[in-house]
Amino acid sequence: MKTRGLFAPVMLVLGLVFLYIPILSMIVFSFNNSRLVTVWDGPHSPTLKWYVALAHNEQILGAAWLSIRIALVSASGAVVLGTLAGMALARFGTFRGRVLLAGMTTAPIVMPEVITGLSLLLFFVALEQLIGWPRGVGAVTITLAHITFCMAYVTVVVQSRLIGFDASLEEAAMDLGARPVQVFMRITLPLILPAIASGWLLAFTLSWDDLVITQFVAGPGSSTLPMVIFSKVRFGVTPDVNALATIMVMLVASGIAISTVWMRYRQKRRERDVQLAAAANL
Amino acid sequence: MRFTPAGGRRLIAGIPTVWLLLLFLVPFLIVFRISFSEVRLAIPPYTPLITWHHGSPQFEVHGSAYSFLFTDPLYISSYLYSLKVAAVSTLFCLLIGYPMAYAIARSGAAWRSLLLMLIVLPFWTSFLLRVYAWIGLLKNNGVINNVLLYLGVIHHPLALLQTDFAVYIGIVYSYLPFMILPLYSNLEKLDVTLLEAAADLGARPLRAFLRITLPQSFAGIVAGSLLVFIPAVGEYVIPTLLGRTDQLMIGRVLSDEFFENRDWPVASAVAILVLMILVIPIMLFQRMERRELEASK
Repeated sequence: MKTRGLFAPVMLVLGLVFLYIPILSMIVFSFNNSRLVTVWDGPHSPTLKWYVALAHNEQILGAAWLSIRIALVSASGAVVLGTLAGMALARFGTFRGRVLLAGMTTAPIVMPEVITGLSLLLFFVALEQLIGWPRGVGAVTITLAHITFCMAYVTVVVQSRLIGFDASLEEAAMDLGARPVQVFMRITLPLILPAIASGWLLAFTLSWDDLVITQFVAGPGSSTLPMVIFSKVRFGVTPDVNALATIMVMLVASGIAISTVWMRYRQKRRERDVQLAAAANL
Repeated sequence: MRFTPAGGRRLIAGIPTVWLLLLFLVPFLIVFRISFSEVRLAIPPYTPLITWHHGSPQFEVHGSAYSFLFTDPLYISSYLYSLKVAAVSTLFCLLIGYPMAYAIARSGAAWRSLLLMLIVLPFWTSFLLRVYAWIGLLKNNGVINNVLLYLGVIHHPLALLQTDFAVYIGIVYSYLPFMILPLYSNLEKLDVTLLEAAADLGARPLRAFLRITLPQSFAGIVAGSLLVFIPAVGEYVIPTLLGRTDQLMIGRVLSDEFFENRDWPVASAVAILVLMILVIPIMLFQRMERRELEASK
């Protein structure tokens, strides 16, 4: 159906402009020579000096490295737990504890982060009092906290993918005598692999980006990249952060572009295979 | 469906359940329990729940953290201010997001995936950095003021940063995708033959919209609004970077009580009261989420 009226399309364009102007302004001003960030220093710009400054900023590089390691472990842990929870919720029908599990996997998505952060820190402190572990807060407690809030998102992604497929394939394999592990490896896993992949990427991004929960469960010497950025920008704009933002936007954009092209290619190849198979059957 | 033998099933459901019980539910019980303690100079800095007097346990329950919250007007005004900011931001998200979702749902298939990608793309880049970008746009010698001065619209820079306006912009900007996506998935399923029938029967577009489109997308409106409202009440980063310094939101108050005043019982009591306000919206959201998943079966 064709849209009547121009109101909605115009709002769409304005909304997209609204979404992208801040990002574009960061990119533009990352090449600005002036320290004043938003005042364009025409004669001396564009310049790469903030990128050079960034490459020499040990604090930011160290924090980025810590954030990457935490995000890698957190995303992987969250994928394992989230896949288990998603399978249980999508495939097991009603079981004891189902309502509890369903509630605990959706609540973290909307829960205000300050509350999650506070409760996790108080938990870790109480745990240390009780059993002497974890010894203080740091990378370990950050990772445990990240796994917990990231797995909720993975659960939702995996669950909706599994619900989209009916269970008949798995049932057929069972009827043909496949063992549960075989069914999972041969049928369920390939079906949900795209969901697992996007769940992992989502979890990685959420962990890499999280500030509020991390601030609660981080200790001295375990400052992640968002914590370093926050302490810098809290007291005003700094040009090297613009450069950092530009690099991150470029990485994400090229990653998405590559995956889109790759998916198009696979789709085309699949269509061609189907056509070839159909032709062979004629 | 019998998917795996009982033992395997118990393990698959059991592992994530135990993890979340330990790291999601138990932590809340601890917050609840500490909110009934008093602050003291020790490690940990709150009074224990049980003390032993001559071999018999004595329970110590203090309500002082809560009575403190209700006697100091700072806390009550922060609660009300947070609810107001979250409500106004949710409304603006809806007013901007609805036509956007509608336009995407009504566009051709080729455009649709591109437009959806453009909506989701900012979400993959750092939230913190996108909020930070607004400082550069809104401040006194920022981009917006410079452009307006250059065009001669204004003669003195407007104070945009550290205002309610800046917080609304920040929240609407950050949470807009969360409003658009549920609305889109609802509007996409809209039965267009109903609209055509209404048009054939002589209904004008506005009337058809109010009587058909709007009621049918009600579930999307509720889901999107809850996804924006609930986290916005406890928002910390946006008001800290863009907002007023004379009126704090409750998420900031909680964080300050904990980090600046080191008053764990009061910080816990603040968290419990926020949860009590949000428990109904959160349960509503969970019910909608469950229905949505069951409907897609």
